[in-house]
Amino acid sequence: MTRLAGKKKRHKSADRLFQYFSALCGLLLLLVMAGILFELIRNSQPSISRFGLKFLVSTSWDPVTGQFGALTSIYGTLVSTFIAMSISLPLSLVIALFLVELAPPILAKFVGYAIELLAAIPSIIYGMWGLFVFAPFMSQHVQPGLNKTLGFLPLFQGPPMGIGMLTAGIILSLMVLPFTSAVMRDVFQMVPAVVKESAFGLGATTWEVTRKVTLRYGLQGLLGASFLGLGRAVGETMAVTFVIGNDHRISASLFAAGNSIASTLANEFTEASDKLYLSALIELGLVLFLITLIIQALAQLWLKRIEKGAGKR
Amino acid sequence: MRPKSKKTRHGFDLLVKFLSSIAALIGIIFLVWIIFEVAARGVKALDWNFFVAPPTPPGTEGGGVANAILGTLAMLILASLIGVPTGIFAGVYLAEFGDNRFGEAVRFASKVMMGIPSIIVGLFVYALLVLSTGHFSGFAGALALAIIMLPIIARTTEDMLALVPNALRESALALGSPGWKMTLAIVFRAARSGLITGVLLAVARVSGETAPLLFTALNSPFWPKSLNQPTANLTVTIFNYAMSPYRDWQQIAWGASLLIMAAVLTLNIFMRIVLRERKKK
Repeated sequence: MTRLAGKKKRHKSADRLFQYFSALCGLLLLLVMAGILFELIRNSQPSISRFGLKFLVSTSWDPVTGQFGALTSIYGTLVSTFIAMSISLPLSLVIALFLVELAPPILAKFVGYAIELLAAIPSIIYGMWGLFVFAPFMSQHVQPGLNKTLGFLPLFQGPPMGIGMLTAGIILSLMVLPFTSAVMRDVFQMVPAVVKESAFGLGATTWEVTRKVTLRYGLQGLLGASFLGLGRAVGETMAVTFVIGNDHRISASLFAAGNSIASTLANEFTEASDKLYLSALIELGLVLFLITLIIQALAQLWLKRIEKGAGKR
Repeated sequence: MRPKSKKTRHGFDLLVKFLSSIAALIGIIFLVWIIFEVAARGVKALDWNFFVAPPTPPGTEGGGVANAILGTLAMLILASLIGVPTGIFAGVYLAEFGDNRFGEAVRFASKVMMGIPSIIVGLFVYALLVLSTGHFSGFAGALALAIIMLPIIARTTEDMLALVPNALRESALALGSPGWKMTLAIVFRAARSGLITGVLLAVARVSGETAPLLFTALNSPFWPKSLNQPTANLTVTIFNYAMSPYRDWQQIAWGASLLIMAAVLTLNIFMRIVLRERKKK
């Protein structure tokens, strides 16, 4: 009896130890996130106290005179992300439509698999392919054509160099595509078959069912999908660094070289010699971290709300 | 609004169907294009020296990336040693004990962390380790990779453990097994292939990472003698060589790209097959 009680006690303390240890590992996740914020703020102090809020709106970036402003990088991040989203969202919508409504199951499986593999290819491979294969293709075939047809817009003027904002945006859209189309496919599949069949039964065409039933039904999910894709595109580093051209300049033309927050970091960090330069770069990182943090948190909260709503329904 | 004629409606429907098939085709074309180009250009760089020799200056024959292969493997192993156990136990906490506020916070943090750009993790480890020790090191690189693995493994572990039926847990407890033994011996065994898949997924993900290594492991033309110094690795080598003006270095960058891509895609396809087998059961 006492032996059994002793054994029980030992088990209890071992159990508690086990639980504490796994809680500690969970705590680690929270600590890392807090640590990132803390370290980035701490190490960007010289730049923050020197430039203050002007850092966010200044376009000058001159390591020689020690003038640093983040606006060109922020602008480049926003523009390349915008291009990426405006291509990948409609594209993933119709791909999801194809996978769920049109393709025979075997073909849908194969195509869905191929699209998912796009996500498995590392960023740097996109960079190599983008710089040596896709950029020349853009400069020879796509950009002259765009210039001829839409050249009256300042967006498509200038020499077709291949590298630049537009190329970076297109490659980003490819990298985001698997994430957005996966979520959209899930959203499409969430719609109860009965609802769709009723619409078909009333004589609606596939597109009408998609637009008036499926999309209405899954609108919130689509919003969450775009947020997740957005978070991916904003922080992509290597592929963008290869093809964006890395120039601290804001140009009206999408053919021109530019930079993004991540590409500036990747390019200049190891060259940064003095303290101010380094802390300006770290403050850039802080800006990027805060942007993605907000996007991710919003996306998670949004998706969670939908899940709760779906549970109630 | 006048109702549209049946003809326009069905015509438009056909158009959308056509467009969506084209869109799916576009996705596949790009995938094939990338894989094909990397394979065609990379295979020319693969010779004996590529795998066994350290790099040579531009223009000198016989250079390879053997030191980078070794460095990448060493950092991946160390990163897994740090990231896999912590990630799995974080996942255990979420699945077995995490039905409270703290668990919610950890779950939220892990989801958000999966979306944090890897270059930010690189910056963090730079501030944490490189600034304090005063030099770049393979340890810092491995730590950065481990931090990226952590939330991925925690998430997949939680999902996989959640799939294990509660009846299994209850039977183990009813037989007098202590809670920790129940988790480690019964639940882990039931979820084994799922856990392995999650770990491999995380390894595949970080083995192609470049941005977090730029400021931590940096790169080196020498054999990695210790991880306490800048350590050669494949991805940063690709970046440096591709940006160089030398043709032979660019050629080697293609070879290294093929190596990384082949490894990552093989891991991914392998995992999928494992998962499918599991679902069949």
